Amino acid sequence: MKPAIKIENLSKQYRLGSVGTGSFAHDMNRWWHTVRGKADPYLKIGESNDRTKKGNSDYVWALQNINFEVQPGEVLGIIGKNGAGKSTLLKLLSRVTAPTTGSIKARGRIASLLEVGTGFHPELTGRENVFLNGAIMGMTKKEIASKFDEIVDFAGCERYIDTPVKRYSSGMYVRLAFAVAAHLEPEILIVDEVLAVGDAEFQKKAIGKMKEVSKGGGRTVLFVSHNMASIQQLCSRCVILENGTKIFEGDVNKAITRYLQNSKLDAQLKLVDRKDRTGTGNLKFSDFRVIREKTNESIDCIISGDDVIFQFELIGGSVNNVNFRMQVFDSSNHLKFLCNNLHSASAFKYVKGTNKVQCKIASFPLLTGDYYVNLRCRAENEIQDDIEFAFEFKVENGDFFGTGNIPAIHDGILINHKWEII
Amino acid sequence: MKTTQEDWTIEIYPKSKLFDLKLKELWHYRDLIALFVRRDFVAVYKQTIFGPLWFFIQPILTTIMFMVVFGGIAKMSTDGMPQAVFYLSGIVLWNYFSTCLSGTSSTFVTNKGVFGKVYFPRLVTPISLIISKLLTFGVQFTLFLGVYFYFLLFKESQIHPNAMIMFVPILIIITGGLALGMGLLITALTTKYRDFTFLLSFAIQLGMYATPIIYPASSVPGKMKLIIMANPMSGIIETFRYAFLGVGNFSWGALLYSFIVMIVLLSIGILTFNKVEKSFMDTV
Repeated sequence: MKPAIKIENLSKQYRLGSVGTGSFAHDMNRWWHTVRGKADPYLKIGESNDRTKKGNSDYVWALQNINFEVQPGEVLGIIGKNGAGKSTLLKLLSRVTAPTTGSIKARGRIASLLEVGTGFHPELTGRENVFLNGAIMGMTKKEIASKFDEIVDFAGCERYIDTPVKRYSSGMYVRLAFAVAAHLEPEILIVDEVLAVGDAEFQKKAIGKMKEVSKGGGRTVLFVSHNMASIQQLCSRCVILENGTKIFEGDVNKAITRYLQNSKLDAQLKLVDRKDRTGTGNLKFSDFRVIREKTNESIDCIISGDDVIFQFELIGGSVNNVNFRMQVFDSSNHLKFLCNNLHSASAFKYVKGTNKVQCKIASFPLLTGDYYVNLRCRAENEIQDDIEFAFEFKVENGDFFGTGNIPAIHDGILINHKWEII
Repeated sequence: MKTTQEDWTIEIYPKSKLFDLKLKELWHYRDLIALFVRRDFVAVYKQTIFGPLWFFIQPILTTIMFMVVFGGIAKMSTDGMPQAVFYLSGIVLWNYFSTCLSGTSSTFVTNKGVFGKVYFPRLVTPISLIISKLLTFGVQFTLFLGVYFYFLLFKESQIHPNAMIMFVPILIIITGGLALGMGLLITALTTKYRDFTFLLSFAIQLGMYATPIIYPASSVPGKMKLIIMANPMSGIIETFRYAFLGVGNFSWGALLYSFIVMIVLLSIGILTFNKVEKSFMDTV
């Protein structure tokens, strides 16, 4: 089968800093090189796009030597942290800007679901805007006219269709805009969930439309998201970008594990080196990790609903009646839950040396967000070791209930339950 | 898997070929041009009662102002024509030129919102602007015709229309072409370095005085006339006046000169525009 999209050696360079006399000097130099038939001198330099470090060059590579192919009918997930180059890649694909080197070839019309409502003019009526917006996205008047009723129906704003869109409620505006985009029927669809505006309902609608498109029409979809749950549900293959380069391509599950390992928070002090601790110090926490039970790999980001293991290492002497307490707080310092072996089991007995302790949590119940953990170890009625902010971790929404329905809630926790009519 | 068939529908490369004008693609987007024209024309007078009638106000007031200042106070020649007709004929055509030029020359800056999100041939926007301004011109032209026929039929005057009226559509096309060519060139040059934009509104203002609008070319003395006629708009305005009024310095040479300048500007403009449009988003 011939690929739907073929990307070869794709790179995009950006210049940092402001445009002024400095950039003008570079432009003149570049022009002088071109006149003499030489290569652009600024293409050789440039650093990979790591925002956190101060660079030495005015030029960065937002994307560097990207190669991959997408087969027709495939749903390819593109994941990566902020600044990894996802949006740049989409910009190049949607031809908003041109690559610095390399090429993209595609079969069929490319359209993106991310640019909902582009070119809507507030003074024009809904009807006029549907036509205008459709035409901007590359439809002909005839195509739009044939789908017009469907679009209005989908948006559910028939009553307002001859009213200027500036009078619309924001929800109505987005619905109408989305309705146009959803009826575009391109061969290649780009969906950027990161940029998707609108409420949870709208995002759900977008995902729903995507499913329909990829399953029904055999159309090719490029899906960019931070939401591992939707990636897992929708994609058949994944590409991971990091600092502008492709670091992984292949199976979705492997990609997700790889991504979660990668989203490591900034290097933290090892527990063993921490000074801000209280307690006798007879027993000391020295290390920790979070393990995803499914793959038995260490991660920094937990997906809701996954079975995970919190694993600690301790150094110390032989003691009895050992009690561990792990408190989990969200980023606004609310206690979400705690795990205490005196509640769930009984006190441990401890032997001299390095020991590993683990705490298993089945179907992890927290929602998307950043969390931190306070650790405490007591023995013989004395606090042995107590560390606040012992470590932090991230949680991404996941398929907690195993039904594919991701709850759109922002507070509280998830809990396994069963509804029945009896 | 290595296919040799190169049947791609979209190919994206860093640079486009110099003469790849993508006219076929432009044709595909003709509906968009029509809708943009409609948007530009209609959106202006939404929420007004008189609608397009407002397009009359500007030329009427300008004409009155000219009649007072240049006709009444400065007592400049109008080649023996009624002042209203004389000034209005120049103003209407010059307006078309200046609004087209100032509109197209900011294509990239004013449309960066849309351009930054979706792809469509960028040439669509300046072309649709030229057409929507043509509609405005049409409205103002009927005003001119009204005044013109009033003087022609009900007043004693020296107005002698002649066969050159047939050339008026061509004059309008050359005017539009000139403005488009210059505008494309300016917008391409000003995406990265905005220096020229400071000059432009000023230059358009001065340009009016370098064109025989408030004075007839015939009243310009020897050497200065050469300078005035070097302005490609001069020949067009003079021909326009000659066609309707029967006065003015009409010459085929001046008309041909304007036409050639238009072709040259338009070619340079489109080529520069095409070169810049692919990556202007990075620098705008």
